[in-house]
Amino acid sequence: MMNKHPEPAVEAAGLRVVRGGRTVLDDLAFAIPRGRITGLLGPSGCGKSTLMRALAGSQAHVTGTLTVLGRPAGHRDLRPRVGYVTQAPSVYADLTARQNLDYYAAVLGIHRRDRPAQVDRALHDVDLASHADALAGAMSGGQRGRVSLAVALLGEPELLVLDEPTVGLDPVLRRDLWRLFHRLADERGATVLVSSHVMDEAERCHRLLLLRDGRLLADDTPDALRRSTSSDTVEEAFLHLVDQADAADPRTPADTAAPTEATPR
Amino acid sequence: MNPARTLATARRVLRQLSHDPRTIALMLVVPCVLLTLLKYVFDASPHTFDSAGASLLGIFPLVTMFLVTSIATLRERTSGTLERLLTMPLGKADLVVGYALAFGAVAVVQAALATGLTFLVLGLDVAGSAWLLLVVALADAFLGTALGLFVSAFAASEFQAVQFLPAVLLPQLLLCGLFVPRGDMQPVLSAVSDVLPMSYAVDGMSQVVHHSGVTGDFVRDLAVVAGCALLALALGAATLRRRTA
Repeated sequence: MMNKHPEPAVEAAGLRVVRGGRTVLDDLAFAIPRGRITGLLGPSGCGKSTLMRALAGSQAHVTGTLTVLGRPAGHRDLRPRVGYVTQAPSVYADLTARQNLDYYAAVLGIHRRDRPAQVDRALHDVDLASHADALAGAMSGGQRGRVSLAVALLGEPELLVLDEPTVGLDPVLRRDLWRLFHRLADERGATVLVSSHVMDEAERCHRLLLLRDGRLLADDTPDALRRSTSSDTVEEAFLHLVDQADAADPRTPADTAAPTEATPR
Repeated sequence: MNPARTLATARRVLRQLSHDPRTIALMLVVPCVLLTLLKYVFDASPHTFDSAGASLLGIFPLVTMFLVTSIATLRERTSGTLERLLTMPLGKADLVVGYALAFGAVAVVQAALATGLTFLVLGLDVAGSAWLLLVVALADAFLGTALGLFVSAFAASEFQAVQFLPAVLLPQLLLCGLFVPRGDMQPVLSAVSDVLPMSYAVDGMSQVVHHSGVTGDFVRDLAVVAGCALLALALGAATLRRRTA
């Protein structure tokens, strides 16, 4: 059932993003399978958010090939089919959770008749049904983030791009959200891409993309990563791969913020 | 553009306002208080109140809507909601027109209150009809909304957005003919005032003060104000980018 769609949800080749003269993503090539949870992991500032913005179609200066659900990323046909959650919650602080969702549902073109049910379901999915009529601005940061996540669930998008959705949440909520992601993938067949800089979350993904300094270190399953690096955890595997990359490429400085645009190719 | 999405945006903006009763009160009450103040400032010369009061009926909605819209759209840009909306199937015109409709509705209430007060209570005496004053006031509110939307693209913070009021509107206020007839100014300033939209907002009001019917100049003034508003809206929509660095 998982491989019902032979072609991947996302395919990238020679993907490059330049921001302010700095190459943030450099020559990425990867594929994200449909109906699975793929984790995008790497330290802060490695380009995770830029990659997610490129997938959602809000990043400028993207070159190379980036195909999302069979269309170039950012294509207008994709707008109702991709749910994107930014790192900072993008909801209206002066509206209630329900009013926020109701507006976004209207923008997504969900029929007025179906909106209340969809909104209730999304609120229930993120465990905010009891706070439906509270102002987003009066909520805690974690609750506001979940309103933002609920917006992305509206209209059952085929691809969910979630930028650090679990950051700052307590362990119980984090577990509940990961259960939700698995339910979305298993029951609704959605493709989920979740970014995180917390490596223990990697174990909950079907596949992993390890990103460091704008380059892809690995694209594999957690099991295969641990096996190939003889590590016990994904975190260890990641550190092993970083050391390996540094050894193979002595040009790479320890300072990950160094500009890479002068890289000879 | 899609009517359902445009109306949903207008309703959302009004819902946001409805959670902020103090802003609504300030928008509606302040012009009335200022007009009342003006009435008694010109206690000794009621004729001056007739012309200045009518001009201010046009200027207040412009200034209020400019401020409210520029801050509201700036918040939309900085909170990430604009980026999110633009990854969704929302047309830029849906957003811009939705804002114009919502604040236009507030402007109707504001202009009706201010015009009603000046006519019925403060005894403003003009040759034309109060309805024409209301029409000009609405066109001015529309212009204020459009200008506010446009300049918010050039502000990175609320501090900067607020500074656009003196930068964009104060010169127009000085040159619009409220203080000195535009023909009496230094010729260069007079020529500059000919290309500033607020001049036509105030001229339109003077037409109603001095003439009983709808004059050709009145129609021209109204058309210029509405045309400038449409232009600013189009420019405002053009500043919205789906892809940003």
